[in-house]
Amino acid sequence: MNAMTSGSARPGRHVPLLLIALAITLTAVVVAVPLVYILWRALSEGFAVFAQNILAPDTLHAIWLTTLVAVITLPVNLAVGIAAAWLIARFTFPGRKALLTLIELPFSISPIIAGVCYLLLYGRQGLLGPALAEADVTVLFALPGIVMVTLFVTSPFVTREVLPLMQAQGSEQEQAALTLGATGWQVFRRVTLPNIRWALLYGAVLATARAVGEFGAVSVVSGAIRGQTNTLPLQVELLFNDLNTVGAFAAASTLTVIALIVLVVKTLVEGRART
Amino acid sequence: MSVAAVATIPAGRRKRVLPGFGLTLGVTLTYVGIIVLLPVIALALKGAEIGPARFWDIVSAPRTLAALRLTILAAALATVFNAAYGLLMAWVLVRYRFPGRRLLDAMVDIPFALPTAVAGLALTALFSQNGWYGQVLAPAGISVVYTIWGVAVAMSFTSIPFVIRTVQPILEDLDRGQEEAALTLGASPFQVFTRVIFPAILPAYLVGITIAFARSLGEFGAVIFIAGNLPMKTEIASLLAVIRLEEYDYNGAAAIALTLVAIAMVLLVASNWMQARLTRRRVPA
Repeated sequence: MNAMTSGSARPGRHVPLLLIALAITLTAVVVAVPLVYILWRALSEGFAVFAQNILAPDTLHAIWLTTLVAVITLPVNLAVGIAAAWLIARFTFPGRKALLTLIELPFSISPIIAGVCYLLLYGRQGLLGPALAEADVTVLFALPGIVMVTLFVTSPFVTREVLPLMQAQGSEQEQAALTLGATGWQVFRRVTLPNIRWALLYGAVLATARAVGEFGAVSVVSGAIRGQTNTLPLQVELLFNDLNTVGAFAAASTLTVIALIVLVVKTLVEGRART
Repeated sequence: MSVAAVATIPAGRRKRVLPGFGLTLGVTLTYVGIIVLLPVIALALKGAEIGPARFWDIVSAPRTLAALRLTILAAALATVFNAAYGLLMAWVLVRYRFPGRRLLDAMVDIPFALPTAVAGLALTALFSQNGWYGQVLAPAGISVVYTIWGVAVAMSFTSIPFVIRTVQPILEDLDRGQEEAALTLGASPFQVFTRVIFPAILPAYLVGITIAFARSLGEFGAVIFIAGNLPMKTEIASLLAVIRLEEYDYNGAAAIALTLVAIAMVLLVASNWMQARLTRRRVPA
């Protein structure tokens, strides 16, 4: 800006102001208004109606199911994310690069395709479908399928945040602790974990936000059975299709508030996670 | 780094000093195998089972072709908007200081944070005939909901951050000396932008555009709210794959899904290639 505005008066003097105004206007129209609109529509008929919609049995069940999925997937993502990062950062072995590519694969496959893959595997005519039916194991249109496909979609998040940090920090501290007689578990708890805690938190926040909000992948495997396998994002669609717009916006506003909280936490943690 | 550390240990002892190799390898392989690899293999096997002739029949069927055409066209429209808006935003956020800049920067992340179904619901209501935006556009004869424009709007919303977040760091690291030299030599600010700045950020810009396009092609949640999902008209390819599944036409679903994966992989390879060129060019500087 300085380079453009300093010196003699030029015809392009107002360009920065124009560009700033354009950027703000566009962002308001494209991002801010939709965000405000969700909250406004959810509360447009008063708080009582809003509460009534949130407390409707099916919506309440969807909130419960979404919470359950988030609570189950979080520890799995943490444990496996750390294990994978430790493996890739601390050891060299044949196939290491291929494994890393495989870990990151879910980021390049769109969630809806992930859902299709799961159905082709566990579905009635799928690869494992007949065997599972025989053994009386239910994966699809039930909690296991929803959890597994959510894990597919969220699995790279923790590793992606923790791995670069582990690589940058090196293993000198861990080696030293081992030399001083610490056990492997002690090294992990006292040295590794404190070093990666912010990146771990950051990855966990991103993964959980995604687990709560995932729509495409879950919609394929859940069957969206009312009051049974409907997660909150699916409930938004169901209410919308029922023409219960206020109900849909009430459910959506819950997810919006979660998204805003995630955004604030993310901004607070981001700086610390990268160093 | 770990290689160097391991190499300093006397060869007589065990090769790997850090514990946990067996455990983490076992956990990672088992997990990735079950959660990621097995479902993807199921898709690949199903695709192989169909055979090329049948595969071609499915993909070239009018309804599939119409869905693919709509998906690609709408994603292209969305990407044109994101390319222009993304460059503007990256420029404004990096080069100018003004009140509210940090808030504007934070708002860029909202499309990623917001669940796609929520975005779809909000955009559909806003652009419907009696919505805030629809009311303005309807007299002009523009309808967005249930048209390709609606699909494009939903796609562009969910992929807004990509171009901005790839161009921003490159623009920040740019050496200002060249610009000042060009200005001193009598170039106009516009010339400085087109001749000095733009070529420097072009690789990152192209990477951002490619990722945004790929994400738009794969978008589902936001789109199905606003599209109306009319076969042959506003039905996206991934929805058609799901419809085929619901009809127990697993071959049809697998063929469409594989086509989409193939397009995504081509775009991924292209963006990796550009990224590799980008980093190679930045290292000597």
